[in-house]
Order: sequence, then C-alpha cells, then structure tokens
Amino acid sequence: MARLNSKEAETILYQRPESMEARPFHFCPGCGHGIVFRLVGEVIDELKIRERAICVASIGCSVNSYEYFKCDGLESAHGRAPAVATAIKRCHPDLVPFTYQGDGDLAAIGTAEIVHACARGENITTIFVNNAIYGMTGGQMAPTTLLDMYSTSTTAGRKSALAGYPIRVCEMLSTLEGTAYIARVTVNSPAAVRKAKQAIKLAFRTQLANLGMSLVEVLSPCPTNWRVEPVKAMDWLAEHMLPQYPLGEYKVIEAVAALKKEVGNA
Amino acid sequence: MVIDTERCKGCHLCIAFCPKEILRAADHINRMGYTPAEVEEKKTNECTGCGICAMMCPDIAITVHRLNKPK
Repeated sequence: MARLNSKEAETILYQRPESMEARPFHFCPGCGHGIVFRLVGEVIDELKIRERAICVASIGCSVNSYEYFKCDGLESAHGRAPAVATAIKRCHPDLVPFTYQGDGDLAAIGTAEIVHACARGENITTIFVNNAIYGMTGGQMAPTTLLDMYSTSTTAGRKSALAGYPIRVCEMLSTLEGTAYIARVTVNSPAAVRKAKQAIKLAFRTQLANLGMSLVEVLSPCPTNWRVEPVKAMDWLAEHMLPQYPLGEYKVIEAVAALKKEVGNA
Repeated sequence: MVIDTERCKGCHLCIAFCPKEILRAADHINRMGYTPAEVEEKKTNECTGCGICAMMCPDIAITVHRLNKPK
C-alpha cells in the first residue's frame, strides 16, 4: 500500500514484537500457537522484562519456543517444565521464568508437576495451550480430547467407557490454595485475542508482584489434526470446545484482584 | 498494512476477519507453496488500520502502519 519514505510520516500500529526473533514459525497454517506466541512476546515487551524473562519450553508443538523469543530459554523434559521453572525461580528470584506448555505436555505426562507446582504455590507463570489433541505426534487422543471427538487413536470418537473423560485443568487447579491467578481464554476471534492478552499480562504481573502461581489456559485451534480449514477451525472451537471448557477467570485471589483494579487494562 | 507474502502460510484468517473485506487470496503461490493473502487493488484506500488482520495472523506476517496527517 501507499507508504511514504519518511518514517516520521507514519505510525506503526502493529508489527512483530521486539522480543520475538524474525525467523518464521514452524507451525501449520492457521495454528493458534502463533497467535499465543505473539501475545506472550507483546506482553514481555510491554512489561519490559525481556532481560529477565526465561522461557521454559516443553515437548510437543511448543518444543521450539525458545527459538522464537529473544529471551533466555531452557528445554525441559516432557511435562517437567514447571519443575524447571521452580528451580530457576528459587535460585534467581529476580528472574521471570514462564513455562509454555501444550495439553499433551501439561495435562498428560506433566500432570504431577503442574499440580504440585500449584500446590506449593510456586511464583511462576504457565501458559497452557489447549487444542484438545496431540498435535506434533500426529493427532492422537490427549487427556483434553472431547467425548466423541475423532483422533487417530480414537477413530470412532472418544468413548468414556474406554478412554475416560476430558480433564478440565483450570477447574482442577483452582481448588489448590497455592494458586493466585487461573484463567481460561481463547483466540478464536479478535475480541477473544484481546482478552487473552489481558489475561496473559495479568498472569505475568502476578508473578512480578510475587503473589503466587499464575496459569492461563488458551483454547487454540489445530486445523491440521481436527481436519478442518483454519477459518472453520475457529468456528469448530466455539461450537465444540467452549461448551466443554467454559471461558473465564477461575481463581483471582484478593491481591491479584487489587492488582487488576490498580492497573486496569494497561 | 503490509503483508510479508513469503512468511504467509495462506490460512486466510485475516481475510475472514477483515471488517472491511478488502483482503483476498492471491492467485499465485509463494516460495513455501501457499497462496498468500493480498489486498484487492481497488480497495487499498479502504483500510482503516484497525489491525484485526495483524491480531489474528498466526505467523506475524502483517505489519500495520498509519499515515500521519500533515499538521
């Protein structure tokens, strides 16, 4: 489009966050991970914590997260990201470790780690991307897969008699006393993306104010393994996932509520 | 707005969410084999700079600029 040569003649409204590398994402077209990564990058920029932030990557589609942030990063064993982040925070309380985990990592093999990190009330932040399926390994059933949902290991749909019921992580963890802020958001519309960013920002602020464990679950589309087009995947998410995983803030302790009131939407 | 067509993976979420409907799929493919999004030539002046395309883009392929009016 028409652009003037002089930089002063235009204001940049949206661009790649400074704390993100220029390399392209390895995700499939239409994957929600890209949106969530960008939101985390924007929040790191806005809170000016790039020098102190440490990304603890997990296993799954999120495995390369340290490649995309310009902050320090560590790769953890499958599901063990909260344990690694715990160690970082306890050794260096001034740093800001955050874990970026998928549902196969956090809700399956890493259930023990996240539950106990929450129970201990570790002062870390977890971004939990829930797309109801194992993405990287080829679309197998995850603990969060919906009932009757197709996956390559439940080809007739997930049946509760054989494979049990989907886990609602936010509801489960909000019963633990160590948690300070737990919210579930999604990225299936521009308004939802704005809300997701606010939740992620408040989660990081919770850690910066030393208030306890903060976790944001982001419902995200996986068009490839859901076998729908990217645009239809957004509708599929609203139609099928939202009834099972209602959005909202599941736990906001008083100190976090005060913090939220103090900073507003800034 | 500027679309980095070599970064675009052709998910077309920006096309679906653009409130002014000024985006469309290009008729060529990029180096990765996807059909990138592009702005329709006739509608280039209709962009309001709302940034919804950039907000929904999963590949950070869109940069939105606003021309400042001369004072």
